[in-house]
Amino acid sequence: MLIASVIPLLFILVYAVVILWVEIKVASHVQDRLGYMYTGGFHGWAQPIADLLKLLTKEHITPVNSDKILFTLAPVIVFASSYAAYAALPFTSTFIAANLNVGVFYIIAITSFVVIGILMAGWSSNNKYSMLGAMRSVAQIVSYEVPTALSILTVIIVAGTLNLQEICQMQSGGLFNWFIFKYPPFMFITFLIYFTASLAEVNRTPFDIPEAESELVAGYHTEYTGMKFAMFYLAEYANMFLVSGISAILFFGGWNSPFGDFMSGPAWGVFWFVLKGLFFVFLQIMLRWTLPRLRVDQLMYVSWKVLTPISFVNIFIVGLWALLK
Amino acid sequence: MIQYFKNIFIAIRTILVGLKLTFKHLFVRAVTIQYPDVKLKLPERARNRLYVNIDDCIGCRQCEMACPVDCITIETVKALPNEDLGVTSTGNKKRLWVTKFDIDISKCCYCGLCVYPCPTECIYMTDVYEFSEYNRHNLIYHFSNFTPEEAELKKKQVEEFELEQKMKKAQKPAEVSVNNPGASS
Repeated sequence: MLIASVIPLLFILVYAVVILWVEIKVASHVQDRLGYMYTGGFHGWAQPIADLLKLLTKEHITPVNSDKILFTLAPVIVFASSYAAYAALPFTSTFIAANLNVGVFYIIAITSFVVIGILMAGWSSNNKYSMLGAMRSVAQIVSYEVPTALSILTVIIVAGTLNLQEICQMQSGGLFNWFIFKYPPFMFITFLIYFTASLAEVNRTPFDIPEAESELVAGYHTEYTGMKFAMFYLAEYANMFLVSGISAILFFGGWNSPFGDFMSGPAWGVFWFVLKGLFFVFLQIMLRWTLPRLRVDQLMYVSWKVLTPISFVNIFIVGLWALLK
Repeated sequence: MIQYFKNIFIAIRTILVGLKLTFKHLFVRAVTIQYPDVKLKLPERARNRLYVNIDDCIGCRQCEMACPVDCITIETVKALPNEDLGVTSTGNKKRLWVTKFDIDISKCCYCGLCVYPCPTECIYMTDVYEFSEYNRHNLIYHFSNFTPEEAELKKKQVEEFELEQKMKKAQKPAEVSVNNPGASS
């Protein structure tokens, strides 16, 4: 059981270092510039490692009138809840850290913990900008929970089970068994809704008001330095892969290969799952450098007046269709 | 109501257009260059660090007067009649020893106003732009060939010569020419 809990952690750490490099490189080349070039020789591949070492050796500064217990606990809660959700992800057909029968429900519940961590961080920083960032973040995450949960519910209607491993197994057998091709085009619409809402869950552009680099300095994690800041940073990237992984599992077949039997097997499963997850992470990175940030009222409009009604209509139609089949 | 759905479709379409554009730019060659490994070639008449060819300087001080930030300091000493300084490369005869020609390159604003007035074209702008120093005083460039002691020596020589001339003039009484037809010298 110890091994099963360490493997996702190792995965998160290695993945975070790689994805840091990928994000900066993609960001630079989209802007026609070069980005990292120096450390380690070829295009600065060692730069994220250097950044990590730098963050580890920095001093922990606590603001004067802050609530010290909350201030120290906040990054721990944010990272721990994001990491705990990895327990229910099936990396391959034979490895899942915790084969829960309520896997999907557990993931939705645990990712709501992030809200508490962010609110603690904003409040205990004793800084009005952090507080504003935290309040906006809470409003955003809570409002986007609704379309997320509804679109996941649509998939559950199609699948009939909350167990993530079984959902993956139901999609085996090739490209067209994947859930995104069922009940066309409604599952595709569901995927779009889920992807958009999950972008808001992870505070990623165009929904990155909580971090709004040019508006609130750094939002709720302004006052954090050193390892605590590294925790927030790590939690953000872990969250990114988490929601990408979930959309890969629910809509794109998880660890199944698109060729049916050709490149499938327990070892290949990891490859396909990580590939699909990384593809959606790449899509999130591209969206960050394509779209401007949404204003707070536009954010609320998108959530409550666009995504939620459409997902309600969606779930109704898919439910009716599945019932009449 | 129709507007609501139109807005959604416009949003999706513009997002896709934007994504296509950024994806295309992923494969465009970067426009930045890796300085200091690679350096851009400067234009022909680029104005960077000043250089003075002191052998051509006739000490006219036109550049000193033209400088808007007073970064050029020139001190000259008159040459004695028996000293021959030679000719500049443009044919002007040199009559002054240029004992001090300092340019404080940290003050220079690279306007190039000192280049045009020079009669012998001895001051001009080169294309050197990497000349940082650790010590600020190394940024005062001394173009003159005279050490301070030699300059003092030259000044003393000129003062002595002037003194001699004055003495000679004092010994010879001034001949007062009076229009006196009867007087003899």
